[in-house]
Amino acid sequence: MPELNYVSAVNAALHRALEEFPETIAFGEDFAIPGGVFTASRGLHDRFGARVFDTPISEAAILGGAIGAALRGRRPVVEIMWVDFFLVALDQIVNQAANVRYVSQGELSAPLTVRTQQGVLPGSCAQHSQSLEAVFAHVPGLIVGLPATPQDAYDMLLSAIAADDPAVVIEHRSLYFGRRAPVSVDGPIAAVGGARVRVEGSDVTLVTWGAMLGAALEAASVLSQEGLSVEVIDARWLAPFDTATVTESVEKTGRLVIAHEANVSGGFGAEVAARIANEALWSLEAPIVRVGVPDLRIPAAPALQAAVVPGVDQIAAALRETAAVAA
Amino acid sequence: MTPVPIQAPAVAGEALIDQFAAMLRIRRFEERIEKMRHAGEVIGSVHLCIGQEAIPVGARAALEQRDAVFSTYRGHGWALACGVPVEALFGELLGTRTGVNGGRGGSAYFTAAQYGFYGENSIVGAGAPIAAGAALAARYDDSGAVALTAFGEGAMNQGSVHEALNFAAAFDLGVIFVIENNRYSELTPTKNMVRDDELWKRAAAYAIPGVRVDGNDPGAMRDAVAEAAARARAGEGPTLIEAMTERLVGHYIGDGEAYREEGEVAAAREREPLVVARAALLADGVSAEDLDALEASVQAEVDAAADAALAAEPADTTTVREHLHA
Ligand SMILES: Cc1ncc(C[n+]2csc(CCOP(=O)(O)OP(=O)(O)O)c2C)c(N)n1
Repeated sequence: MPELNYVSAVNAALHRALEEFPETIAFGEDFAIPGGVFTASRGLHDRFGARVFDTPISEAAILGGAIGAALRGRRPVVEIMWVDFFLVALDQIVNQAANVRYVSQGELSAPLTVRTQQGVLPGSCAQHSQSLEAVFAHVPGLIVGLPATPQDAYDMLLSAIAADDPAVVIEHRSLYFGRRAPVSVDGPIAAVGGARVRVEGSDVTLVTWGAMLGAALEAASVLSQEGLSVEVIDARWLAPFDTATVTESVEKTGRLVIAHEANVSGGFGAEVAARIANEALWSLEAPIVRVGVPDLRIPAAPALQAAVVPGVDQIAAALRETAAVAA
Repeated sequence: MTPVPIQAPAVAGEALIDQFAAMLRIRRFEERIEKMRHAGEVIGSVHLCIGQEAIPVGARAALEQRDAVFSTYRGHGWALACGVPVEALFGELLGTRTGVNGGRGGSAYFTAAQYGFYGENSIVGAGAPIAAGAALAARYDDSGAVALTAFGEGAMNQGSVHEALNFAAAFDLGVIFVIENNRYSELTPTKNMVRDDELWKRAAAYAIPGVRVDGNDPGAMRDAVAEAAARARAGEGPTLIEAMTERLVGHYIGDGEAYREEGEVAAAREREPLVVARAALLADGVSAEDLDALEASVQAEVDAAADAALAAEPADTTTVREHLHA
């Protein structure tokens, strides 16, 4: 098994997709010859030539181009450099791609995958810091996934590409150059969907996704030293969302904390809370707690960011808070 | 011949010596920022305008205090050309309480409207329609103000810029659209992303005047903007100015610039605005000693501002939740 960091796992998945699906084409800004601003697409142009190309700074044309090509037999994988830049061309994914299959009664499909990345990094400005997964998860017809590990960066991207519907895979900049891990690269491509229990536990269920998984695991280990057993679930996919895995866990623990980097109000954590209220209300022994960025714009100065973006401490506090509620 | 100032003026006017001093201030500021970034004092992505200083300085020399300027993330030079104090700009990038936005904006997204600088923008092309809106407001308030928006040539391929050009053209809005053509959209040569890389010609499609100027010459820049501003104030609508320039550094600090041609940057250094302006001033009879003295005074001004900003209090976390709503 090769040892890959997150971004090289993305790169390996792109190589495999272009290799395995002859109908795949791949494009984006600074994508082909420069190999991507984060090196995710390095080497693809050399290997696959005209199937991989650079585009103008034209997000609507990138996304619309992917849709049109998908309608006519291609399987495009495109990059929107930052999720914040997606906003200039949301029409193409929301009004266009998401409608294709439904309105044509299944006659047509738009099997395209959009890779993008998001999140706060020290110093990133308000227009380069947002976590917008809930925007996409709110749109029926889209597949939405947020890989948190190198293995998932590889597996989930391939699952998305292989799926015959439009998919948005949201990576996180802070993960790209993280620790290398052995990544199994030749396995079968799984269907989209499915959460993973990353750590089993019996006292509190902690649901998270994307880069927040790291802080969640750390918080769980802090709490285990305090005698609290936390079950950590990495949701991986928000659409389709694996409600069953979370429900089963909450039926065991009776307590639920949801942590994400997006703003709290209208964040996907609200959807998770609502689903568990539906499915497992009588199992709950304490109110559901959500951890996220307070409803604010993101300031650029690292000290200001640290004051608003939750991490291990905030998650740990939420876990303690929910554990302290008497059953 | 104009006398050599002892200090750079806050905002340069028509005289080349003043423009030279204003460009120098920007250059020294950017150089210091680069050091601060490498030292880890400034954190996050930074886009320097080294090599492109003549554009903001020349453009601002043709504008007035009542006008509104909208730039991009490569906007430190625009802010300084508009007279934003050096120390407050250092503070913003360092994330201090004394920064123009108290650290909320950072290098790529600060604003200082009291100087007519309506801010940077980190979304390519987003400033153009907003500038059209500023010109729209001027139609109702008799201010006679014009709006200037500057963006890279890569932004000409963004839908918002097209919409802004047509919007301004259709309604005769007083907008000056300035393309800072440094020939690269980040890491990609823009000539490969368009059929015709003479972008000024696109003006014809909007039935507005379009010109290409030497963006390394603050005088040429001033003249082009002065003409555009006169038309705009007369209610004759927008102008598209394509200012040709070269950035002498990477797209962002840390960019390895593998995409640049052999010898390209070295050649650009021979024709960059400071070199050209200094030579012109010498040819004009200004003494080298006077120019050296001016350079030293600008360096001292920038150093003092940097020192003050480095000593300032960090951004105030207790107020971080304020100002989301009125
Ligand atoms: C809508 C949008 N798409 C992409 C980006 C990423 N990006 C930032 S700068 C840049 C290149 C801009 O090139 P150009 O307009 O020529 O300006 P320059 O940086 O050369 O000044 C790109 C693609 C962005 N900030 N916004």
